[in-house]
Amino acid sequence: MTAASHRSGARRRGISGRRRAANALFTGAVYLAVALAAVPLALLVYYVVVNGARQLSVSFLTDSLPISVRRKTGGIGPAIVGTLLCTALAALMAIPLGVLGAVYLNEYGRTSRTATTLRFLANVLAGVPSIVMGLFIYTIFVLRFQGTGRIAFAGSLALACLMLPIVIRSTEEMLRLVPANLREASMALGASQSRTILTVVLPAALPGITSGSMLAVARAAGETAPVLFTIGFATRMNWNPFSGPNTTLAQFIFSNAGQPYPAAVSRAWGAAFTLIVLVLLLTASARFIAARFSVR
Amino acid sequence: MTAIDTAPRTPARPAAATPSRRTADRVFQRMTLGAGLLVLLILALIVLSTVDQARPAFAHMGLRFFTSSRWAPPSDEYGALSFIYGTGLISLLALVLAVPVSLGIAVYLSELAPLNARRVVTVVIDLLAAVPSVVWGLWGFLVLRSPLQRFYQTLSDVLSPVPGVGKLFEGPVSGLSFATAGTILALMIIPIITSLSRDVMDTVPVAQKEAALALGATRWEMIRGAVLPYSKGGVIGAVVLGLGRAMGETIAVALVIGSSGQITSRLFAAGDALPSQIANQFNESEGLFRSALVALGVTLFFFTIVVNLAARAIVTRTNRHLKGVAL
Repeated sequence: MTAASHRSGARRRGISGRRRAANALFTGAVYLAVALAAVPLALLVYYVVVNGARQLSVSFLTDSLPISVRRKTGGIGPAIVGTLLCTALAALMAIPLGVLGAVYLNEYGRTSRTATTLRFLANVLAGVPSIVMGLFIYTIFVLRFQGTGRIAFAGSLALACLMLPIVIRSTEEMLRLVPANLREASMALGASQSRTILTVVLPAALPGITSGSMLAVARAAGETAPVLFTIGFATRMNWNPFSGPNTTLAQFIFSNAGQPYPAAVSRAWGAAFTLIVLVLLLTASARFIAARFSVR
Repeated sequence: MTAIDTAPRTPARPAAATPSRRTADRVFQRMTLGAGLLVLLILALIVLSTVDQARPAFAHMGLRFFTSSRWAPPSDEYGALSFIYGTGLISLLALVLAVPVSLGIAVYLSELAPLNARRVVTVVIDLLAAVPSVVWGLWGFLVLRSPLQRFYQTLSDVLSPVPGVGKLFEGPVSGLSFATAGTILALMIIPIITSLSRDVMDTVPVAQKEAALALGATRWEMIRGAVLPYSKGGVIGAVVLGLGRAMGETIAVALVIGSSGQITSRLFAAGDALPSQIANQFNESEGLFRSALVALGVTLFFFTIVVNLAARAIVTRTNRHLKGVAL
């Protein structure tokens, strides 16, 4: 009774000034939060584009790295090659294994003790800092091959360890979205479970798996810490991932950013621009694939 | 199952699953299990190999590795306390800056934004997440440093006389400092906290929100009364996961923290953190020094694992209804 009369009274008088002010304050704070995230991003993109795009030329993208950071000339060709090699090799290792692991978790293990434990461990692995992955591959791989262990393959091992839990997690989520009807229909037609998974479940989840994997690849392409101790440094193009040191864009930026020489800093901006374009291409195509082909 | 049901099916089943197909099935299952077990193998190898390499340094320093802040490679003194302090300080600073912003954006995305704006803001968050660590570092080091130094000077002039908190803002100020590292870290963890919190807020039942509005609540009252309490556990989990990410972030911090290990309450002073010390020194180290740097890595590994486990424990304990959210 009293509540009802209070409510009708409130309606007549409208919402009190204090409540209206609190609401307006809150709305303003929310918009401010969005701006606080968007403005730094806009500034960063602006500086990278302005300082980086100026450097771009065919020779900058293909020339060898300067022998000394003081040199005025020199490109980033070997670093692009190194980035592509390391990332592609890491993807070749991490994506198939990650998808298989996710298939186990969602199709076979499900809520079994093994699966629950592995799911938990995958989450733990996802939380391992990238620099620790670099140290790990250094201690277990580079140290084994004294002097010849710093190769692109070592870097890709570290990147693959970083990608693996991301691929497992995103793939499992996508497999979970595949309707049970599809599996049951396939089994009812007499297909074995492995055949069902390979010809029905995985194709149905393919767009999601692809986009999740590409996001993992994009993240790996921009990583510096895992390759810092594992691939060495090369100023010439090295297409062989199993022999000789290599260089990635991220590592090149890191080693040039702090240099007092303007030419080195300009090259770092150019490399940053190239790296961002590479990463954004991967991210954008992942989003495109997810949006265009997903069946929900 | 009745007798009528099973009778016609029983003969069909053995015929369908021939021995070779059953073997193929089992081989495939074993393969997937093997791939899953790889996770366990990698984690075990990480612990074994890094602890093994770090052992000389731990043995040399004993507990003083964690309690001493004297880090002097030439005299084989390796006390990690100032780096542990630095990691803790910049991660907390990052949280203080990132959490309000992230929650604001998450609320905006899940409750306020019209469809078009939501799409734009989602792209902004995706882009923030896509920028590589080293590019944040490059930008912070080359562009932000001097404007931030001027800004710090002003803040310091105004705030350092304030009793109590004034200590945090005392000069001399440096453009490369704990504060700069915390700011860059905040920008880097905003996407994680935002997207996870948003997923959590999206699980709030529409009926509860509509009920709050029907009772006459303003939008803010509805969010405070219905959305925030319901998503509290998940949001705390997201924040702690963000903390874990901030602690492990290496390259951006290595470029902007100023690389001078010290324990001070002055936020505008140069400092150092666990991962940045490793990144900056490792390639120039050898022997016991290198072992001590690996030991820093082991320390960092255990800190981040504890934080990540805590995050998951919080989420599973407080919110059973968040099953679908991938934290």
